Amino acid sequence: MKSSEEIFAILKEKFGDAVLQLNTKLPKEAVIEIAPLKVTEICWFLRDNEELQFDNLILLTGLDDDNGEKVKLEDGTTETKGGTLSVVYHLESMKLGNRIVLRTATGRENPEVETVSKVWACADWHEREAYDMFGIKFLNHPDLRRILMPYDWEAGYPLRKDYKNPEFYHGMKVPY
Amino acid sequence: MLKTEQMVLNMGPQHPSTHGVLRLELELEGEVIINVKPHLGYLHRCFEKHCEAMTYPQIIPYVDRLDYLASMNNEMGYAIAVERLLDIKVPERVEYIRIIMAELQRIASHMVAVGTYGIDIGAFTPFLYLFRDRERILTLFEKTCGARLLYNYIWVGGLSHDLPINFVNETRDFLKDFKKTVIEVNNLLSYNKIFIERTANVGVLPVDSAINYGITGPNLRASGLKWDIRRNDPYSIYDRFDFEIPVGEGKHGQVGDCWDRYFLRVQEMVQSIRIIEQALDQLPEGEITSALPKRIKPVEGQIYSRVENPKGELGFFIVSKGQLQPFRVKVRPPSFINLSVLGELCKGHLIADVVAILGSIDIVLGEVDR
Repeated sequence: MKSSEEIFAILKEKFGDAVLQLNTKLPKEAVIEIAPLKVTEICWFLRDNEELQFDNLILLTGLDDDNGEKVKLEDGTTETKGGTLSVVYHLESMKLGNRIVLRTATGRENPEVETVSKVWACADWHEREAYDMFGIKFLNHPDLRRILMPYDWEAGYPLRKDYKNPEFYHGMKVPY
Repeated sequence: MLKTEQMVLNMGPQHPSTHGVLRLELELEGEVIINVKPHLGYLHRCFEKHCEAMTYPQIIPYVDRLDYLASMNNEMGYAIAVERLLDIKVPERVEYIRIIMAELQRIASHMVAVGTYGIDIGAFTPFLYLFRDRERILTLFEKTCGARLLYNYIWVGGLSHDLPINFVNETRDFLKDFKKTVIEVNNLLSYNKIFIERTANVGVLPVDSAINYGITGPNLRASGLKWDIRRNDPYSIYDRFDFEIPVGEGKHGQVGDCWDRYFLRVQEMVQSIRIIEQALDQLPEGEITSALPKRIKPVEGQIYSRVENPKGELGFFIVSKGQLQPFRVKVRPPSFINLSVLGELCKGHLIADVVAILGSIDIVLGEVDR
């Protein structure tokens, strides 16, 4: 079993600046932070490297970091400007028993992250969900549509912290 | 020359064998499936958004409604995740009662899976036998906590009620009778020639593909990989019990076909009986709650915690910012991920096999759509 520190060292040596840092401040989970536009390359390496063999993507999570500037609008509600959205990857090697957590942050205004749906097939739906809920665009994804919300939902991305429900959807009242 | 044309056939959202509100768009060439496009979201209830507005204990009733056939397992998974985040230990008696409840629920969930799978294929009788016995499990739950489907029984740090009088004996009686039911179901369905013809060699899922699609639970084990969170990443006190992890063997066809997936659930029910019997023997006396602060407020941090649900690996990813409400709760829903392989499995099969394959994956739409 390799620790997160060892895996971080391997990645840092191979990818240099694309691997940003190892965050050990949080209790329970050490997080390796990587650049959003190098995700595919790093993940291919993690999956196919003999020493690592991360064959299982346990979970892919979208996250609103809520670290932008809060702007008061005329109607009394607030909107977040700037800041970041994140994607968190929980990886596991079923053969070797290694587990790591990757995280990549991208700008809130134009959130773009590379897809890993070619690396792990299950990422396809996970990424569609992250797109649906946070509006994160996964570059080169084969079929990036909404998955849980209606396809014609135009009111934005529900799990963002500054999301506001629309009054009506197709003439039906939304807030109950 | 004959010209062929592809046809699109709509299945669901109101279709008896989609097991809920799932819509499938089937692209057909004659009767052969070219492609399957699932459309989800008909049962979306904004679970993750709700979680951000509630305190940690308030989320438990919502967790029940994810996989509503396995509410006890969901509660246990969530309670363990929060306990790990808080670094607290629960009393021995609580651990044992949780395991008894979780395994009873696993049996109940597999009963629905096996019974309705029989109906999908055209065998009605085993379903009635299994539901007769499932009723007894639900009665046990009702006596314990007052509810038959959505319990709110397993709380963070403990349980809502202690076991009722005579629970141990009634459970033993049930297990004794249920062993006979398993034999009956095997004779009626598992080794039935018509059933085997319909399911063997249909929807074969090779193990590499299963791992790549993130498949877990009975579906992964049916493909031949011995992978069970109860063993591979032990939680609670599962390391104290002696039980086997059945894997698919391809007895009537290839490893990882529909029959393997079906029969694995039957075998798992037998193993659950063993675990419950051992837990009942060892059940200690003691407290059913642990000392918790009135307001549960974990320190800043994040955790991914997982348990083995009847459908597969159920995980909770909780991000805490040191407030009363979680900053973000993300579920790893096994049914959602298992369903994503459907298109791959159905390609090249006939329309009638879609029903057989979908039934063998055993999804619950409450969890797929959340």
